[in-house]
Amino acid sequence: MNVAAIQQYLDFAYIAAVVLFILALKWLSSPESARRGVLAGEIAAALAVVATLYNPELVAYKWIVIALIIGAGIGIPLGMVKITAVPQRTALSHAFGALSAAMIGIAEYYVGLSHITRFEMGEIGMEVIIGSLTFTGSLIAAGKLQELLPQRPIVYKGQNIVSFSILAAAVVLAVALVIHPQNTVLFPIMVVVALLFGVMLVTPIGGADMPTVISLLNSYAGFSASLLGFVLNSKVLIVAGALDGSSGFILSVIMCKAMNRSFTNVLFGAFGTIQTSTTKTEARPVRSASAEEAAEILDAARKVVIVPGYGMAVAQAQHKLRELHDILTKRGIEVSFAIHPVAGRMPGHMNVLLAEADVPYDRLIEMDEINPEFPRTDVVLVVGANDVVNPAARHDKNSPIAGMPILNASEAQTVMVIKRSMSPGFAGIDNELYYLEKTLMLFGDAKSFLTGINKELNTAGGGN
Amino acid sequence: MPADFISNLYVFILAGFVGFGLIKRVSPLLHTPLMSLTNALDAIVVVAAIIITGRHETPLSVTLGAIAVAASFSNMVGGFFITDRMIRMFKSGSAKKS
Repeated sequence: MNVAAIQQYLDFAYIAAVVLFILALKWLSSPESARRGVLAGEIAAALAVVATLYNPELVAYKWIVIALIIGAGIGIPLGMVKITAVPQRTALSHAFGALSAAMIGIAEYYVGLSHITRFEMGEIGMEVIIGSLTFTGSLIAAGKLQELLPQRPIVYKGQNIVSFSILAAAVVLAVALVIHPQNTVLFPIMVVVALLFGVMLVTPIGGADMPTVISLLNSYAGFSASLLGFVLNSKVLIVAGALDGSSGFILSVIMCKAMNRSFTNVLFGAFGTIQTSTTKTEARPVRSASAEEAAEILDAARKVVIVPGYGMAVAQAQHKLRELHDILTKRGIEVSFAIHPVAGRMPGHMNVLLAEADVPYDRLIEMDEINPEFPRTDVVLVVGANDVVNPAARHDKNSPIAGMPILNASEAQTVMVIKRSMSPGFAGIDNELYYLEKTLMLFGDAKSFLTGINKELNTAGGGN
Repeated sequence: MPADFISNLYVFILAGFVGFGLIKRVSPLLHTPLMSLTNALDAIVVVAAIIITGRHETPLSVTLGAIAVAASFSNMVGGFFITDRMIRMFKSGSAKKS
C-alpha cells in the first residue's frame, strides 16, 4: 500500500473517532445511557491511537512505546483514586492535558524553525501560552485541593497589576516572535513567562471558588488542544479540543451564575479577592439540640430535605447520610437531597459523593426543582453547607453574596444545621439562618453527629 | 492566510456549536463524570504526540514528544477509567430495589 492510501485510511479512522466522540457526549446526557457513552469514547480513543501507530511518517517506535507505558503507569493509579480525591485528580489531568499540548507546540516550533511562517508562529505562540499557563495554573489548583497549598486565597496589594503585566509580557513576546519567528532567545522566555502567569492566576483563588476555576481550566485545556489542531492541521484535535473547551466553558458559565459572578470577572481571574466583611459578630443567641432531640424531630417529619455541602465531604459523612436516608425512607418519610450547583469543590461533586454512598440518583434534586418544595418541607437538615443556604443573599444588598441563587432552606418548618462551631463560611459572612426561631444548631463533627442520630432512630423508633 | 486555516476554522466553529448543544443537555447530576470524560477525549492529543516522537527529528523533539505522549496517554487511560467508575455508582431508586 502506498503512503497516500495509508493516510486516507488514517483519516477515515479519525473521522470515525470524531463521530464516536460526539455520540459519547450525547449518551452522557442521562445516567441510563452514560456507560455506553464511556464505551464509545474508549473505542474512539483506541481507534485513533492504533491508527496513528500505522502512520508512515513514524520511523522509530522505541520512545513511543516507553512513553505509552509510563503514561499507562501514571494513568491507571490516577483512575483508581478515591472518589473524594476526584477534584484534585481532575485538576491534575487538566495540567497533564495542557502540558502535553504545550510540549507538542514547543517541539513543533523548534522542528520547523527554519521555515516557520509568521502566521504559523502566531498560532504556535497562542497555543504555547495557553497550554503553559493552564499547566501551572492547574498544578496550583491541584495543590490547593490536595491541601499541599493553603486553600485560602493568597492575595497581596497590586496583585492584579502584577499578574496582568506578566500576561501582557507574554503577549508582547509572542507578538515579537511573530515579527521575528526565528528569534530563539525570545521563545523560551515567552514559555517561562506564561508558566509564571499560570501560577499568578490561580494562587489568589480560594477553595470555595474552585468549581469555577476547575471549569475554566478545563476550558483552557480544551482550547489549547484545539489550537494545537490548527498548528498541526489536525481536525480530530480541533474537534476534540472544541468539545472539551465548550464543555468547560458551559460549566464555568453555570458555576458563575450559581455564584452570581459575572463571566468577565472570572475570565480575568479577579475573583479571588474576597473581602472579609467587618466582623460584627456579636454573640447572638442560637438554639442548639442534641442527637436525641434531632432524631425525634426527624422521626416526626413527613418530608425531609438534606442540604449537603463541602463540609460533608471533609467529614466523610456521605455514608452516614445514606444510612439516615434509608432509615427515614423505611418509615415512610420522604427524603431528598438538595444540590446547589457550587456545593463542593467541582461541578457535580456532591452528586458523585452521594452516588458512591449508594444514594439513588433520583433523590438528588437540583436547586431550581427543590426550591418550590421547601415551604412544604417539615425538616431541612444542613450538613456542611453554609453560604448556599444564607437568606442574606436574597434580601441584603450589602452582603458579599447578594444576588447569589440559594436553596431556600429557611422556608421549611424546622431547620437543623450540623456545624462544628459558629465560625462563618468561606465568604467570611455570618449566616442569619442560624439565628432564626425555627433553626436548631447541632454542634459537632458531621459524621459522629449523624452516627448519633442514626443510633437514636434505630433504638428508639423501631416500633412504628 | 493558509487555505487550511479556513477549513480548520469551519471545523472548529461547527464542533463548538455541536459541543454547546450536547453539553447543555448533560444532566447536572453527571457534571463531574462529564469533566473527566471530556478530559479523556481531549487526551486525543496523544496522536500528535506519537507522530512528533516517532518522526525522530531532533533529540529535543523526541524528548518533548515523549513527555507529551506520557502525559496525554495517562489522561486517556485514567480519564476513561475513573469516568466509568463514577458512572457505575449512579443507580436509580427503582433499579436498586429490583
